[in-house]
Amino acid sequence: MIKKIKILLFLIIVNSTILFSQEFPVYSFKEFEPLLHKNDDKVYVINFWATWCRPCVKEIPTFNQLYETYKNNNVEIILVSLDFGKNLQSRILDFKNTHNIKATIIILDDPDSNSWIDKVNKDWSGAIPTTIIYNKKAVKFFEQSFDYKELENELKNFL
Amino acid sequence: MKKTLISIVLILVIVGSAFAQGYKVGDLAENFKLKSTKGEFVSLFEYDKATKGAIVIFTCNHCPYAKAYEDRIIDLDQKFREKGYPVIAINPNDPALAPEDSFEKMIERSNEKGFPFPYLLDETQEVYKMYGATRTPHVYLLNRVDNQFNVSYIGTIDDNYKDPSLVTKKYLENAVNALLKGKLPDPNFTKAIGCSIKD
Repeated sequence: MIKKIKILLFLIIVNSTILFSQEFPVYSFKEFEPLLHKNDDKVYVINFWATWCRPCVKEIPTFNQLYETYKNNNVEIILVSLDFGKNLQSRILDFKNTHNIKATIIILDDPDSNSWIDKVNKDWSGAIPTTIIYNKKAVKFFEQSFDYKELENELKNFL
Repeated sequence: MKKTLISIVLILVIVGSAFAQGYKVGDLAENFKLKSTKGEFVSLFEYDKATKGAIVIFTCNHCPYAKAYEDRIIDLDQKFREKGYPVIAINPNDPALAPEDSFEKMIERSNEKGFPFPYLLDETQEVYKMYGATRTPHVYLLNRVDNQFNVSYIGTIDDNYKDPSLVTKKYLENAVNALLKGKLPDPNFTKAIGCSIKD
């Protein structure tokens, strides 16, 4: 009986790991690129970040607040993680839970970054955090950190 | 009078922003003299191994990209030091903002990995600004002609930070090899994702 329970527990753990491991999509740049050129009526706020990037982590509450304030205003926030290494999915899941992130998180995994940085924006040196705000009419690029007021003001230009 | 003042201010702003851009390929690098983890000061112009030039790399302890490239930077120094292009590594981060990049931690890391190259601290953060480095790692390959150091390549080490075995383009190595053959590096400028410099 105990053995059966152990097996059952084991199966539950394995299954939930598999379920969680599929939570964040992992894109090559080619797969990711269409997200920079959506032609609908939304405003997109795309933030390039990583769990180990201290200034990125510091501005996560800013993006959380922006999400809460504008989630019903046709604003879509996409947090593009540039994390890499072991246990990627579970590390990002832990981070998402700890920091209570509700915005969409995706993982951009394309190590030949020289081939795609200019395609994100020609002014980007490659440092993070970096944020892009765009709609079908305009794009603005920011290689910098934000506090909430600054970010909200920039977003308002698009609303 | 007011107009003149405004023009002067404008000119200053324009000139200032031009300097803030840092070096471009073709510029002459100025000297620096910074403290190394071995306790001595290293100066570019007086560095005896830099007979043909130098591979100046802004890097640090804490950044995962910098860590991923540590072994490759050691290899580059071993490969090119004797040929006249030694590596000079500079940590540009403010330790108050990145505690793992303190001078003490730099000494620790340098000893752990047995860095064969000087690992310097840009304590006043003036050198990285002069170069225009924005991230770690960020490479400036310098070519020495007489006593001048010409910026010949700016950018990344290769095209795969994650896995050295999957590298297909060794940008930096190809650039040094081009200089060794008396040619100009092509490409002479590349980009890479990296950790922003903490200032």
